[in-house]
Amino acid sequence: MTQLALVIDLNTCVGCHACVTSCKEWNTSGDAGPMVDRNPYGAEPTGTFFNRVQTFEVGEFPDTQTIHFPKSCLHCEDPPCVPVCPTGASYKRPEDGIVLVDYDKCIGCEYCSWACPYGAREIDEQQKVMKKCTLCVDRLYDESLPEAERKPVCVLSCPTSARIYGDIHDPESDASRAINAAGGYQLMPEWGTQPANHYLPRRKVSIAVHEEDLQRVDNPLRKEDRGQRAPTTRTTLDDSTSW
Amino acid sequence: MKPAFSVIFLTTLIGAGQGLFLAYYSAEWLVMLNMLQPAGSDYTTLAASISFLLLVAGLLASFFHLGHPERAWRAAAMWRTSWLSREVIALPAAMATVFAYAVIRYFGLDLQVLTLGRIPVSLSTLVGFMAMLAIIALFVCTAMIYASLKFLRQWHSPLTVLNFFLMGMASGFTLATVLAVATSAGPFGYFSAMAVFLTLAALMSRLFSLSRNLNLRSPSTLQSAIGVHHPTIRQMAQGAMGGSFNTRAFMHTYGAGVVRLGRRFFLISGFVLPLLLLFFSEADSLLVCAAALLLQFLGLLAERWYFFIEAEHPQNVYYQMIS
Repeated sequence: MTQLALVIDLNTCVGCHACVTSCKEWNTSGDAGPMVDRNPYGAEPTGTFFNRVQTFEVGEFPDTQTIHFPKSCLHCEDPPCVPVCPTGASYKRPEDGIVLVDYDKCIGCEYCSWACPYGAREIDEQQKVMKKCTLCVDRLYDESLPEAERKPVCVLSCPTSARIYGDIHDPESDASRAINAAGGYQLMPEWGTQPANHYLPRRKVSIAVHEEDLQRVDNPLRKEDRGQRAPTTRTTLDDSTSW
Repeated sequence: MKPAFSVIFLTTLIGAGQGLFLAYYSAEWLVMLNMLQPAGSDYTTLAASISFLLLVAGLLASFFHLGHPERAWRAAAMWRTSWLSREVIALPAAMATVFAYAVIRYFGLDLQVLTLGRIPVSLSTLVGFMAMLAIIALFVCTAMIYASLKFLRQWHSPLTVLNFFLMGMASGFTLATVLAVATSAGPFGYFSAMAVFLTLAALMSRLFSLSRNLNLRSPSTLQSAIGVHHPTIRQMAQGAMGGSFNTRAFMHTYGAGVVRLGRRFFLISGFVLPLLLLFFSEADSLLVCAAALLLQFLGLLAERWYFFIEAEHPQNVYYQMIS
């Protein structure tokens, strides 16, 4: 069984919000109609977003780390929001595990949002229906798009490749490999919802820098320069021009 | 949770309507079994009509909760998994049977349909029995909507079902007492005694759930929410400057003082004062009984308001600071 999901690398996310704006742009322009955008240029902008980046500071000053934390629907394998829906508008696709809302069936009772511990669902205040991340289901199977672009738009827009998309039930997928290699984890595991989206933790990064990486042992300039090097006290062309 | 006022009115109004029907229907059985003296003229049509109107009023209130009330009929679809869907079936079932009961009584269509042992059972008793089943199912469905949400620990308890049942029954019997006094018909003694007993039982059960919720901690912390295992985590930005659905729908904005006041008010007005008034009421003290009913209903509205206030949604850990 396929379970499409995102793997988000907190080690590389820089908190630029490119995923947030590209998500809003793609989904507000889609078939389902615009997503609310109230007061967008005012003091208190608000509206419907499927994805947001939150920022946390971990530790005590000066020993702190800033963690940028993108948050969207986690497409749980056991989604608590689905069985509570009275109309069947919320459903989990058996073929790829994406949790979706049928906007034509939703009555806007908000019960699913009460049942989601992650706060991943938002009512659209104009259309009065519950909305959430669709994993860009309208891109994934669109054969008019080049194959490389059949991915969630947040994944394509991420400048640091912090978002990996794939089938987490396929051990050979990029997503599964990333989870296994870097210790990918799920959010709020205590509720047993088995979120499909995983997060990769902060990792200590160290690069071994050797002397010969900085200064080539076989640097040809060293031979050519021998005996001809200009005295360092004399003004060179570099010192007198300003390019 | 932020109190949803349409839901507060829905649950309290239908609770009283359900309790009222069961009050009169149980009295009918007691008369049939010769455990209660038949009293005065036929009052059950009036009682069933008021019960029906309360159920209708609750249904109307519930529509204000929906973004798309015109699609409400769809809500009966997922009864296999959703308690909300089951309520959507149980409520019209209760309304239809209570309405049928009132019609049979009013037009005197009361044929004897069968006998249980030596007791003759009439058509209205049979329809009333179906109404009773629907009403009990409705109590369970309404309460299970809240009790089934395991993330909302304050609601996720059998006490929620017991509370909804006892409070609905208490307010229904109080209303029955008022009707008995107002129409000078119906077993006042039985109604007022039961109203006192049920109000007391509801108070005990509610106090029990209050004390349970006092020390309840959510297993979700900021650490488990973002998966960073450090004791000190501070939110710097929540991703939205002007708030979002997450900050509007799951958090109440009342101060601690207002919440404390609300709790005291619902305990005194919903339970203690009606208990005293009903205990000392006489069969002709309409004013006292009406005061008990009014105070209890206001108190139960406040109780349902507090029911929302005390529930802590785990998603709130993600929304602690705007920036």
